Amino acid sequence: MTVQAPAMTAGGIRLQGLVKTFGGQQGPIHAVRGIDLSIAAGETAALLGPNGAGKSTTIDMMLGLAKPDSGTVTVFGRPPRDAVNAGLTGAMLQTGSLIRDLSVRELVAMMAALYPDPMDVDEALEVTGLKDIAKQRTQKLSGGQTQRVRFAVAIVSNPELLVLDEPTVALDVEGRREFWTIMRGFAARGKTVLFATHYLEEADANADRAILMAHGRIVADGPTTEIKARVGLRTLRATLASVDPSILAALPGVVSADRHGDAVILSCSDSDQTVRALLDRFPQAKDIEIVGAGLEAAFLELTGEPDIDEPEALAT
Amino acid sequence: MNSLVYTRYELLRTFRNRRFYFFSLGFPVIFFWLIASPQHNKIIADTGLTYAAYYMVSLASFGTMMSMIGTGARIAGERQAGWTRQLRISPLSTRAYFRAKVLTGYAMALMSLLLLYVSGALLGVSLPGGRWLAMTGLIVVGLLPFAALGVLVGHLVNTDSVGPLMGGLVSILAFLSGTWFPITSGFLHSFGQFLPSWWLVQARNVALDGQGWDARGWITVAAWTAILSAGAAWAYRRDTGRV
Repeated sequence: MTVQAPAMTAGGIRLQGLVKTFGGQQGPIHAVRGIDLSIAAGETAALLGPNGAGKSTTIDMMLGLAKPDSGTVTVFGRPPRDAVNAGLTGAMLQTGSLIRDLSVRELVAMMAALYPDPMDVDEALEVTGLKDIAKQRTQKLSGGQTQRVRFAVAIVSNPELLVLDEPTVALDVEGRREFWTIMRGFAARGKTVLFATHYLEEADANADRAILMAHGRIVADGPTTEIKARVGLRTLRATLASVDPSILAALPGVVSADRHGDAVILSCSDSDQTVRALLDRFPQAKDIEIVGAGLEAAFLELTGEPDIDEPEALAT
Repeated sequence: MNSLVYTRYELLRTFRNRRFYFFSLGFPVIFFWLIASPQHNKIIADTGLTYAAYYMVSLASFGTMMSMIGTGARIAGERQAGWTRQLRISPLSTRAYFRAKVLTGYAMALMSLLLLYVSGALLGVSLPGGRWLAMTGLIVVGLLPFAALGVLVGHLVNTDSVGPLMGGLVSILAFLSGTWFPITSGFLHSFGQFLPSWWLVQARNVALDGQGWDARGWITVAAWTAILSAGAAWAYRRDTGRV
């Protein structure tokens, strides 16, 4: 099923040549060093990166909370502020709690009233699982409940673009699972969703696309499966005595080979090919085990490299 | 889209927060009864006003100033909660945001004023209806600079320092503006007239002759309103970062 993008969301989200530098105590901090990115309407994208990669600064610029030093942001063809004023954007920021002295329902209703085309308040409470605590005062909620109310505040505006900056930080495993279920339900309405996370499995499980950031730049961008394939090596372990690792390294799909006693460990870019070739040439190989490296390894591979821009950054 | 709904919930929040009741409402009324009741009908020298009338307006100015600057404490709390940033990514306009903040401040101030009027009347302050209205009008206008000051302080200071700052500022202003005892001559008299709080306290003269402020009063209040409003707008604009 394809969702026809309404004219209102034409153009999706575009970031062009985005740069943002902050003054720090030890010289300037190059938070964002030139980002070009397009997100199509209806897409769910994950912005992945370690702390300090520039994710929150990028999000702040997309929401009009920060002005880029250079470059432009357009949200559905408009400047971020205009998109916000038109009620097209909803966001759950990284830090934040709730204001006190209102009930959950009152707070969500107060925010809904600010938007031109809000979701029904009861519906927002329903989908975020807040119905049972709708009458509770906001200062009496647990951390997990607070996050869910913040999420309800973000979606009650019925935004076309939903931005979530590390939304599950305060949640336990069960809370995370519930949160993403709700988020996917919202995305399924044809909404554009961008979420920042450093939980790699969250990006893997909940996004169509992963955008990896490190040191203020995008280091990889593609479907999560493609990202894994690009650097996501699989590890093949087998028991295979008296074969030189250099011979194994020459097998198809092998990137590197290593030996520990009788065990050989092959790092593979295409483990399917490798395992066929291995059994073909060395039928005595046994105890074969193939482990997917997952996004975690892909991520380390891409972001763990030395930052070649650091000397330049220090010099300025 | 309805920013009045936002204002309504802001009012609801304000009246539910009992922490602010003490300084804005309780403290001025208690002090009024302590100071004025023993000799409420006696005239205070050089003023022509009875103790009851004098301290009714004095403590009303104290309570209403506290109410208006109390807006600052609420804003500082919202900033710390990250709520100001949440509002900035909503279509709520700056104008509607300020309006809600100022109206909640005035709502608290008018409650404080009403309590002191009732207390004053109970201790024999008797004025024609028109003079009660004129006095209230001057106080409402005289509070404009403090409405702006509340927003300014709220966006400038964090929650830890907003309490002491408010308490200190209002105490000093109250002292210099003749809240606790009449200042009728000398340096303090000349200096005090440059303060917006001075004219707030001067609203008591309506009880004497129906005349509250001269031109100087209006100019002083207008100037402070302009300066502090510009300051509040500046503080709000620069305050976009994460706290």
